[in-house]
Amino acid sequence: MGDEIMEKGKYEKIVAKHKPTETRAQNAFIAFVTGGLIGAGAQLLTELYMGWFDIPKADASTFMLVTLIFFACLFTAMGFFDKWVTFCKCGLIIPITGFAHSMMSSGLEYKKEGPIFGIGSNVFKLAGSVILYGIVSAWFFGLLRLIIMGG
Amino acid sequence: MTFQYKNVYLENTATIAGPYEAKGPLAKYFDVTFDDLYYGEKSWEQAEAKMLEDTLELLLQKSKTKKENIDVVISGDLMNQITSSCYSNLKNHIPFLGIYSACATSVEGLIIASNFIDGKKVKNAIVATSSHNMSSEKQFRNPTEYGAPKPKTATFTSTGGAAFLLSNQKSSVRVESATIGKINDLEQTDPLHMGSVMAPAAADTIYTHLKDLNRDISYYDLVVTGDLGLYGKEILIDFMKEEYQLDISKHYNDCGIMLYDLEQQKECLAGGSGPVCSALVNASMLYDYLKSGKFKKILWVATGALFSPQMVYQHQNILSIAHAVSLEVAGE
Repeated sequence: MGDEIMEKGKYEKIVAKHKPTETRAQNAFIAFVTGGLIGAGAQLLTELYMGWFDIPKADASTFMLVTLIFFACLFTAMGFFDKWVTFCKCGLIIPITGFAHSMMSSGLEYKKEGPIFGIGSNVFKLAGSVILYGIVSAWFFGLLRLIIMGG
Repeated sequence: MTFQYKNVYLENTATIAGPYEAKGPLAKYFDVTFDDLYYGEKSWEQAEAKMLEDTLELLLQKSKTKKENIDVVISGDLMNQITSSCYSNLKNHIPFLGIYSACATSVEGLIIASNFIDGKKVKNAIVATSSHNMSSEKQFRNPTEYGAPKPKTATFTSTGGAAFLLSNQKSSVRVESATIGKINDLEQTDPLHMGSVMAPAAADTIYTHLKDLNRDISYYDLVVTGDLGLYGKEILIDFMKEEYQLDISKHYNDCGIMLYDLEQQKECLAGGSGPVCSALVNASMLYDYLKSGKFKKILWVATGALFSPQMVYQHQNILSIAHAVSLEVAGE
């Protein structure tokens, strides 16, 4: 801490005065609609897969997830998925499309640094935390379930 | 620390600007603009280095001088280890000083060069800087294809290279004085609101400059800050009023706002940033204004957020600095 050129409380007031209001309600609405459309589309896709291939729902769900991951990655690689994410925000980030997109964009970004120091060590740059804490919490809740419900 | 110079002239400038800058209102003032962010290279980092190398080449061409005649190059940029500056200066093989003050790098370079020239240690010097939207996104934020939503206060790193040739030979624009800024910290921690981080540093440097030289703000036709953006600009105006009882609003603008048409270019959010942001504005339009006599005196206050992602993750504040240089039409 050096010599402050203005009292901090005073400065915070000036900053707060000029802070623009974010359009939270609008963002939430766009995310709700676009996220909902993805959910509905995914449900439709699952039903279609069940009909087309005559497979149980669990298998059709897996097919559907793979399809969403494939297209999210493809669109990221084609260079326009980032613009969709900027517009839809959590509508595209929360579904599995966001997870796939985060890995694909990281992989693409570090392609030039090679397969080991580039893609290998950076592909989980954004998704790594989700995977780590996902696994840890799955283990933890699995353990709770075993203790409380006996399996 | 403020210096006045007797014998330092801005002989020429060169600018290369990227696609977003070429869509902005200053497009016609740039020497070269380009469309492909890769700039014909294989990566963002290489693109930035090549862009700066071409800017240096262009400056030599425009100034009709050979690299052998240049005494020193002073250059800096945002990349780790100031990569762009180092790689772009290999080819010319001119004595080289690499510097860093984040987005205030350009003016830091001008101050060092002016002191060398005024102190008669060198007869001329090139000051250069660059930034690249994508290489900065990659290094400081998220992968470029991620497209994470940002708040309105976020700034947009400018893409381009800018170079200045300073000399002891008389020309139409001179470096009149300069003020070295101090590092400031008003406990700002939001890397998506750099305007609030840097405004105090700008205020401190402007006030110091005016006080040291016993000048009124109206001495200058225009005072420009580097990259405070829409909200940082308002914060600075209020800061100057509250703390120093100075109304700067009539003589003041911000390069981050001038570089883009923020009504149309929504992706630029609160405005441009990066070391090349204010360097592009000053090396193109404002330099033209000085040469044509439209403006007589300009104070360029380059603002830098000394931002380290690691320190922010470790809950440390973002520090800031601002350096000022006064450019004037040289008298007869």
